[in-house]
Amino acid sequence: MSAVATRPTTAPVLPMLARQSYAEFIKLFRVPAFSATSIVLPSMFYAFIGLGQASEPLFPGSHVTFGQYFLASMALYGVANVMVLGFGISLANERGQKQDLLMKSTPLPAPIYFAAKALSALAIALIAIVVLGLFAAVAAHVQLTTGQWGTLGLRAMLCSIPFIGLGFALGYVAGPNSAPAVTNLIYLPTAFASGLFFPLRLLPHFLQNVAPYLPLYRAAQLVWDSVGARTEGGSISTDWLYMAAYAVGFFLLAFWAYRRDQGKKFN
Amino acid sequence: MTDPAVQLTNTSKRYGDVEALRDVSLSIEPGEVVAMLGPNGAGKTTSISLMLGVRNPSSGGARLFGMDPKNLKARSRVGVMLQESGVPGMLRVSEIVDLFRSYYPAPLPTSEAIAMAGLEEKAHSLVKDLSGGQHQRLYLALAVCGNPDALFLDEPTVGMDVEGRRRFLEEVGELAAKGRTVVLTTHYLEEADQLAQRVIVIDHGTVIADASPAAIKARVAGKRITFTTAAPPEDSQLAGLPLQSRVVEDHRVRLLTNEPEGVLRELFRRGVPMQDLEVSGADLEEAFIAMTHREVHP
Repeated sequence: MSAVATRPTTAPVLPMLARQSYAEFIKLFRVPAFSATSIVLPSMFYAFIGLGQASEPLFPGSHVTFGQYFLASMALYGVANVMVLGFGISLANERGQKQDLLMKSTPLPAPIYFAAKALSALAIALIAIVVLGLFAAVAAHVQLTTGQWGTLGLRAMLCSIPFIGLGFALGYVAGPNSAPAVTNLIYLPTAFASGLFFPLRLLPHFLQNVAPYLPLYRAAQLVWDSVGARTEGGSISTDWLYMAAYAVGFFLLAFWAYRRDQGKKFN
Repeated sequence: MTDPAVQLTNTSKRYGDVEALRDVSLSIEPGEVVAMLGPNGAGKTTSISLMLGVRNPSSGGARLFGMDPKNLKARSRVGVMLQESGVPGMLRVSEIVDLFRSYYPAPLPTSEAIAMAGLEEKAHSLVKDLSGGQHQRLYLALAVCGNPDALFLDEPTVGMDVEGRRRFLEEVGELAAKGRTVVLTTHYLEEADQLAQRVIVIDHGTVIADASPAAIKARVAGKRITFTTAAPPEDSQLAGLPLQSRVVEDHRVRLLTNEPEGVLRELFRRGVPMQDLEVSGADLEEAFIAMTHREVHP
């Protein structure tokens, strides 16, 4: 068969990545439990907590409104929520259904599979913050400069990257049944402890001491900074360094969890 | 010289203390249609997993088209249906076929792959809404959509109805006729008889036979004798006969033997009362059961 010799031996990678990313995206998007919580929840929290006091100053004498501050908080909550909960839970479910066995037998390279998952989650995260931004602008009349909108969006998206690693790790460690509980148990308390829902000064003293070491707290400083409302004196370069370190740590953890899972199943 | 499609060389696989495959060596040439038969836990799925590089051998080697089975060039020439593997439920049939096509260098058109699996009417359904048999046909569509040189089908017709199975076997037969290598494991041994030129019988992790279906039938328990008795026969009435297997279900007796004349002569001599006596050729399933020395418990 001379046709065998002349045809390419493997499929081109970029169309594969595009197809895989699209498939991962619609897979997530079509699960209402995921898309609704990811896309609607941040705006809903904003409506409950932020709407009534949106135009009041963050604290007496502040030029930043609570509406602006809480917009940044919920943007971060929203993107990290997609990565940790949605991502971790869907990965655990796919493992539970042995979809990884099927993928393992195809010529799909593992890095493409993971890149596609990350890209699809980033797309959902982007939709979540666009919806939140529109809601805040229209319903709460939050005003930011174009530069602030852009910086806030970019920083929220960049800050979601370490949480992709955390989502991967949880998805490979947790079983399909325990994943929702485990991820919520980790994510919700850290979101509170990082001051995303209530200012840190209202939280118990020991949490105030722990908070500065939490990844969401560092990310929160970055997004608050973009609307001029950071709560501590440090610099954003320190925050970025922390984020980079968390990213490396979480991705190493994810890699370890992945290898452990593969070793168990496919050795 | 072309490389074999599949080669296992002194391959063993253990899971903890369990030796699932013991020192198996076999080679499958391009274009061969091979059925792997064996009871549950015999090592069929393990063999396929090693051939595909889904699992690593504990010792010995596995090659796919002369390459490491994990090599994407080798994987790109292979389509696979694996037992128990899951598919994303929230994709439509045509979407997931499109997705899998993108993994392969020279795929078939989406509609052709779907038509081969007989899923035209379900092309726009979500995968989660498919029935068990339709799921199996979707796996076939995913296995063939890359236009692969070799197909690995692990228990492919589980969950299919009679019509679905007939159509499935026809499709696989056509692929084989086009020169594809087909490796299939099955419990439905008539499938092996219909499709395969070569049957590899595996039991307890070793190859106990490797021949054409006809040769296997000739080698073991060629004839089946069945009859009914008024009362369940005594053990002594059937003792000492040249039998490969005997099954007594209440009043129904089923014997497998290569010497039907001798067995019948002895049964008449012993005065065993026989009604509805039939002598026929044993099918592959019976040949196989006799070969693995397992009693049938219906």
